[in-house]
Order: sequence, then structure tokens, then C-alpha cells
Amino acid sequence: MLASKTGLLRQFSLVNARSSSTLVIAEHDDAKLSGVTLNAITAATKLGHEVSVLVAGGSSSKVAEQVAKVANVKRVLVAEDEKLKNQLPERVGETVVAAHNQFKFSHILAGASAFGRGLIPRVAAKLDVSPISEVTAIHGDDTFSRPIYAGNAIAKVKSKAPVKIFTIRSTAFEQAPTTGGSGATEKAPLGEVKTDASEFLGQQLAKSDRPELQSAKIIVSGGRGLGSGENFKILYELADKLGAGVGASRAAVDAGFVPNDLQIGQTGKIVAPELYIAVGISGAIQHIAGMKDSKVIVAINKDKEAPIFQIADFGLVGDLFKAVPEMTSTLK
Amino acid sequence: MRILVGVKRVVDFAVKVRVRPDKKGVQTDNVQHSMNPFDEIALEEAVKLKEANKAKEVVAISVGSTKAQEILRTAMAKGADKAIHIEVDQNVANTLEPMHVAKALAKIAKDEKFDAVFVGKQAIDDDANQTGQLIAGLLNWPQATFASKVEVDGGHLKVVREIDGGLDTVKVKLPAVVTADLRLNEPRYAPLPMIMKARKKPIDKKTPKDLGLEFTPQTEVLEVNEPPVRQAGEFVEDVPTLISKLRERGAIP
Repeated sequence: MLASKTGLLRQFSLVNARSSSTLVIAEHDDAKLSGVTLNAITAATKLGHEVSVLVAGGSSSKVAEQVAKVANVKRVLVAEDEKLKNQLPERVGETVVAAHNQFKFSHILAGASAFGRGLIPRVAAKLDVSPISEVTAIHGDDTFSRPIYAGNAIAKVKSKAPVKIFTIRSTAFEQAPTTGGSGATEKAPLGEVKTDASEFLGQQLAKSDRPELQSAKIIVSGGRGLGSGENFKILYELADKLGAGVGASRAAVDAGFVPNDLQIGQTGKIVAPELYIAVGISGAIQHIAGMKDSKVIVAINKDKEAPIFQIADFGLVGDLFKAVPEMTSTLK
Repeated sequence: MRILVGVKRVVDFAVKVRVRPDKKGVQTDNVQHSMNPFDEIALEEAVKLKEANKAKEVVAISVGSTKAQEILRTAMAKGADKAIHIEVDQNVANTLEPMHVAKALAKIAKDEKFDAVFVGKQAIDDDANQTGQLIAGLLNWPQATFASKVEVDGGHLKVVREIDGGLDTVKVKLPAVVTADLRLNEPRYAPLPMIMKARKKPIDKKTPKDLGLEFTPQTEVLEVNEPPVRQAGEFVEDVPTLISKLRERGAIP
């Protein structure tokens, strides 16, 4: 359904006449607010307008309580309905549109996670707006920076859209404090949520005691040089010693050493920890795109010419099967 | 089932791009171009569904300058039955946004009654990751993004998706939009006889005007810059030196 352009334009001029306000779409699992939403709230705060957060879900009241305490959140909109369980984009999208129709936001954003990436463009289409992906800097109401070409160029863009709809790269913004806020909670309209088009059948989440990649302070990452999934054991031992998360290059994922959700890079996860230790990773453009904003980068590789050494603060040329266990035992 | 597959011509993934001196974009002249890797995967999946008799017809579509036709030939050599080129002049191509492409694909999908639109999850040049979701939103079709497995189940698709913590599975009713992730399949190389054959196949050319569309930009690129360069690092002799250097920096306790 291609919405009538003139009708939408009329609607937008009304929006502009009102004062600006920002809507953040919360990501959660009906129990806990996701960290990327805290990064998104910080990004929203930079716009300088009133910040509302929409919590849509099957039983969202618990998460709404958490959101209300987050610093700088003025209003928490709660959409709670069985139909919104598992937060399918076809359904949450309608709820976001309904909230926008009621409150006329000037900005709508979410974190650039699988959830935000799936949802935000769908909402933008319904409002006939070109969205902006993976914003890393906010220069003003309508001007943003975002990386292109695997982070090899940074584009500064100005949006002429009547509503600015975007995702933010979480590593570019701090997490907002989870205390100190006192947002007012109110019920949000559900919108025209239909359930016949899509259905959630289940999920298989990787269970791990190690810190989540996106929030880990230290990450130990392995590539093809590890040779097998079995050999990743030496990385897990080092990671556990450091309280680190474990990541991987695409080569290691494709070879079946570790599951997909550990992939760091242009098309995997983007991370920026305090310390990134790349082990047996050559450093393809696509991998570097996912970790080059790490504060300190260490590379351990037997090939002195590997491109990873061009961006590493400290490089160790040698056999990873000797160096990694030695690190683990030295740190004991 | 008839599947429309969106394909984009992009700077080849192995090329290290350089920002233009005028800071209006990156250098694309005399640079190797190829089909966006994620689109190759989307196309492969559609062709595989056809080979398994789950799909009747696979049509490749691209929006862009005349050079987009190279990619459409490649798509036909890899098994697409037909190709549609939405041709725009170079100036329009330079300011093309995912929304413009989505509007064109949505219009064709609706008018020509396709049952599914397959696209890559993102193009490796603009890294937007928007087009599939935009098409689904415009058509009010369900979407299955970041697909790593697609199964046809009557009038539905069962799709395993790559999400942050692992995988999930959704069932979407046709017509639907699917965006392909890396792990969906291993795209084939086009065999020479198919390449020869694809050269002779006609490409259905249309303009945005034919579709009743105008590609007015909503986003203006003010400037494009090189990312900050990292300070040159140093090689260390051995593990003890590495650890003491890291401690000095406060990177480890």
C-alpha cells in the first residue's frame, strides 16, 4: 500500500508546527531493558528535546518501571498486549505509528541492533520518510554522521525529512544512568496490530556466562588461525582470566568454529571495548570495520605482514598456540 | 511462487575505498565493481527455490545508471529468468536512497503480482540495511530479515533469522519480503554457457516516470571524510613484554 503523498505531507506540516520531542523505542525481553536502549536514550538526550520511551511487549510493565528510572526520560509510553509478545516488527511497527500519530514526535530512534534495524525502516516507510542508519554523531536537529563503506568513510548528512527516523550505533554513545530519572508512565495506543501475517515460532539463544560482546570491556577474538572449534578453548581460558567476552572473525564463523552471533565486523557486531585482543585474525577490511574503535588493540599472528598489525597498538608475531596459553598462565 | 530479487552494483568488497578530494563522496571511477555480496545470496536462494520447484519464476531487478545492466546480466547468468532495469541518469543515481529503490521495487512487486521479494540484508557501500524493511512497510507485507534459512511451507515461509543473541524462527505469510544474511547459502559462479546466454536475453527497461515515481532526495550528503587514523603501534618481543605494556596502559589489571 503506497500511501498518498499529499495526505502525508499535510500531516507532516502539522508536526513541524508543534514543539520538538523525541521517541526512543525500547528493546527488551519483557523482563529486562536491553543495554542498547540506554545508549539510544543518551543519543536522544543530545537532541535537547523532551525524551519519551515506548515500551511495547507482551508484559511490558516491569520494563516500563526500569525505563522510568533512567535519567532524562520524561515519559514512558506502555503498550502491553499479548499480540506484541516477541515484538514482531509487523506489530510493534503499528504501535510506533499509532504513538506517533497521537504525540507527533520530531525524532524517532532505536539502537542499531537486529531489533532496531528490523523495525526502524519499516516505521519510516509507513511515514514516507527516508531513515538514517547507524548514526555515530548528532550535530543538531537534522544533521548526523554515519559510517559508510565498512567504516572507511564517514558521511555527514542532513535530513530534510519531516520526522527524523534513525538508528544509533551503540558504541558511539554512553549508556544513560539507570537511576535518577522519574518518567511519568502512561498507556500508549496499540495501533492496528494484525496477527495473521507473521508468527514467532521460537528462538535458540547462545547461553554464556561471559559478558555480552557489545558491553564487554575486554574482548578476545579468534580467527581462522585457531584451526578448529576445539582450539577456541585457549581463547575461552584467556577470556575467563580477563573477564572478557569472546568474539570471532567471519572466517572462524564460516569454518564452523563458533556460532554466528560471535561474529565481529561490518555485517556482524560492532564493538569498541577498552581492550581488543585479535588472535589468528588477518584483519580483512570487513573485520576491522567492527572493532577499529577499540581503545587498545593487540594482535597475535604468525604473519608479520597481516593487515591487522597496521591498526594494532601492540603486535606480537608468533605462534598463538604458545602465546595465548602463556598469557593465561602469566595472568594467574 | 514468483520471486522478485533486488540486486545492486557496488564497489567490490575487496577494494579499499578512498574519499574524493572534494569530500563529496568516495572514488568510484575506474574501481572494480560487482554485485553486492548479500544480493548474490538472495538471488542464489531464489534460484535454488526454483530448482526445487518451489518457485516458478525468478526476476532480477536493479535501480541505477546504465551500468546496472552488467549486474542484471550476471543475475541472469546465475539463473534469473528475466531482468528489469529501472534506469536513472547518473545525477539521480548519485543521490539514490534506499527509500527510492524500495518504492520502485514495491511498485513492481505489487503491479506484477510477485509473491515474494528477496534482497540482501545490506549493501556494502551505504551499509544502510533498510531496503527490504522499507519494501515490506510500503506494501504492508510481513518481513523476514537477516535470513539464514528459508523453507516454503504452503502459503507461508518459515525463516530462521540471525539475531543478536543467536537465532530465531518466524513464519511469514506470502506475499512477504526476505532479506538474506551471509549464512543463507554459498552463491554459485555463473557457468560460461549461461553467461553467453544471458548476454542475449532482453532487459526490460523502465524509468521512474513509468512507475509514477519521483526520486526526490530526503537526505543531503554534506561531506564525506576519512575516518580518524589510528596511531601507529609497536611490535613487542614476547608475552611478558606485552603484558607489562598492557598494564602500563591500564588496559589490564
